[in-house]
Amino acid sequence: MGTRIDGIKLRHVYKIFGSEPAAYVERVKAGMTKTELLAHNHVLGLRDISMDIPGGAIQVVMGLSGSGKSTLIRHINRLIEPTAGEVLVDDVAVVKMTPTELREFRRTRTAMVFQKFGLLPHWTVLDNTMFGLKVRGTAPAERRDTAMRWIERVGLKGFEEKYPNQLSGGMQQRVGLARALANDAPILLMDEAFSALDPLIRVDMQTVLLDLQTEIRKTIVFITHDLDEALRLGDHIAILRDGALVQKGTAQDIVMTPADDYVASFVKEVNRGRVILVESVMTAIGAGLVASDSLPRVAAKDPIELASKVMSDAGAGQAVACCEAGRPVGMVTMRDVINTMTTPAAYPSIARLAAAEPIADVA
Amino acid sequence: MEWFTTFPTMDNERLTALKKAIDEGFRNFTRAYGESFEIAFEPLKIFMIWVERLMTTTPWPIILVGILAIAWLASRSLKIVVGAALALFAIGYFGMWDDTMKTIAMIVVATLTALVIGIPLGVVMSFSKRMRSVVMPILDVMQTMPSFVYLIPVVMLLGIGKVPGLIAVVIYALPPVIRLTDLGIRLVDRDVIEAADAYGSSRWQRLANVQLPLALPTIMAGVNQTIMMALSMVVVASMIGVQGLGQPVLKAIANQYFTLGVFNGFAIVGIAIIFDRVSQEFGRRLQKHREIVHGH
Ligand SMILES: Nc1ncnc2c1ncn2[C@@H]1O[C@H](COP(=O)(O)OP(=O)(O)OP(=O)(O)O)[C@@H](O)[C@H]1O
Ligand SMILES: [Mg+2]
Repeated sequence: MGTRIDGIKLRHVYKIFGSEPAAYVERVKAGMTKTELLAHNHVLGLRDISMDIPGGAIQVVMGLSGSGKSTLIRHINRLIEPTAGEVLVDDVAVVKMTPTELREFRRTRTAMVFQKFGLLPHWTVLDNTMFGLKVRGTAPAERRDTAMRWIERVGLKGFEEKYPNQLSGGMQQRVGLARALANDAPILLMDEAFSALDPLIRVDMQTVLLDLQTEIRKTIVFITHDLDEALRLGDHIAILRDGALVQKGTAQDIVMTPADDYVASFVKEVNRGRVILVESVMTAIGAGLVASDSLPRVAAKDPIELASKVMSDAGAGQAVACCEAGRPVGMVTMRDVINTMTTPAAYPSIARLAAAEPIADVA
Repeated sequence: MEWFTTFPTMDNERLTALKKAIDEGFRNFTRAYGESFEIAFEPLKIFMIWVERLMTTTPWPIILVGILAIAWLASRSLKIVVGAALALFAIGYFGMWDDTMKTIAMIVVATLTALVIGIPLGVVMSFSKRMRSVVMPILDVMQTMPSFVYLIPVVMLLGIGKVPGLIAVVIYALPPVIRLTDLGIRLVDRDVIEAADAYGSSRWQRLANVQLPLALPTIMAGVNQTIMMALSMVVVASMIGVQGLGQPVLKAIANQYFTLGVFNGFAIVGIAIIFDRVSQEFGRRLQKHREIVHGH
């Protein structure tokens, strides 16, 4: 069942909520804003979203509340129909599937974790976890084994016979996670799947997901509000604002070159030292330059936080970025590293202090 | 200015002709199809007679224990079981056991019939807006039309007896279960339905796994109301030949037997309270087990 997929493509997807969405598509395409549309009692869900999610990747989607993340993810399994545009999974148009094809697609190709859990309140944890398998018609014994394995993996062993309303929010969310993972579908749609978890379990579940990715590479669309989580999980990050895609790229792209102030404010609090890699702050070594053997060495793909640690441990002001075919590829200085790690805008008071006040002698 | 003081009416001759034509039409219809209707309702009649015989020929202690056992299984409330026992003892002691059994038989059959028709109708209604816009006005008419009025066509079609009485009761008691089934299904948490859809449920799977079980407490409220409405028809139905507690009441009205009327009235009240408490408590127990408390 866990067959890989080649990728998910969204092509100019528009979504307008309201009684007559089709009537407003052209005007939205011509530039009508979300606020203007609201005056006509319609809500702009998505505006001209085009993106390629490569098979086997984790695509993180971020954005403020109401920016359209849940709407976007629901287009992939067609819980929401686009007002205009196409959604392609392995080049098959999801929007054009017949009801039977769509059911089959949902049963075997996708699994979803919901922001509001969506558990069946009258079913036990075990039954809930087996839900997808039951709908699909898996044999009862196999259903049970698979479900038990995932219940254990999300740390709910012993709670199989409990009902959702007997569990805490975080536990319910993990039931939702187990239900999705038990389905073993190649596409995992996770809408704020970890939002109700405490920090420890959260990291735990992130690890479950990353481990899973090294075994079987699923295509995961992951919505989160937590940038550190995004950076830990995501190969690719997309940022939404008012239903439009404002930036997509790798974590580094987004932290180093935010497309606008909205994105910049998003990444302001991130630990840049862990995201930015040595290769993007080093000075490339020219043909003539030979690196000294006495300098400490770091890898070009190391985060700069690690480089700064290496340099300070060695008491050196610079380090050699190593190595391609046995040759060093660049030089990195402590100064560059620290400059990149700190966002000057975040600490205006430091600049003021240094400039304005002379330092008095200590008596 | 005559039109201003007296309402302009259709002239008398034409009005009479119209009424006559409709009556004639319906009479022809009953003459042509009355027999087929009777045949169609034959299974219902057999079932009705079977239940009634079961209730009246089984020795009273067995019935009593049976009713109390059902009350206990449904409500798990000692208070309700003791109350039911006292009420039934009083009914029996004052000599109304047989009539009460007949009435209970009629209520059971009428309620089952109403559920068999009403729940599927409610389900279909919840699926389609158009269906709802057709059925809703019909239900309104059924609920507000004085029950005596639709006794007329039923009697014309099927005569006097158990089955016509039963049909009149079912028509009267049907609306709540339809309405509340429809309402219950439409009130089911959208998030749960969405999850069922996301995993590829067919319409039937969604109905069986999610919608019906989650609508059950509301449907039970409908069942409760249906039982109560059926009970309130006992006296009216006895006018067209349904046996049970209604007939002594009719007799009491005609002959001004105060005590007879009051006793039988109280017997109806007694079984109404038993049915009501037991079915309500059953509904509440379903709800307790299934209510949604997300998070904290
Ligand atoms: N069914 C609907 N009908 C009308 N408007 C809707 C509907 N669903 C979503 N919207 C609107 O679409 C916009 C995007 O909603 P969406 O749920 O996708 O946001 P989100 O990014 O997931 O937010 P959050 O982080 O709070 O979950 C919002 O303005 C919302 O009001
Ligand atoms: Mg959301």
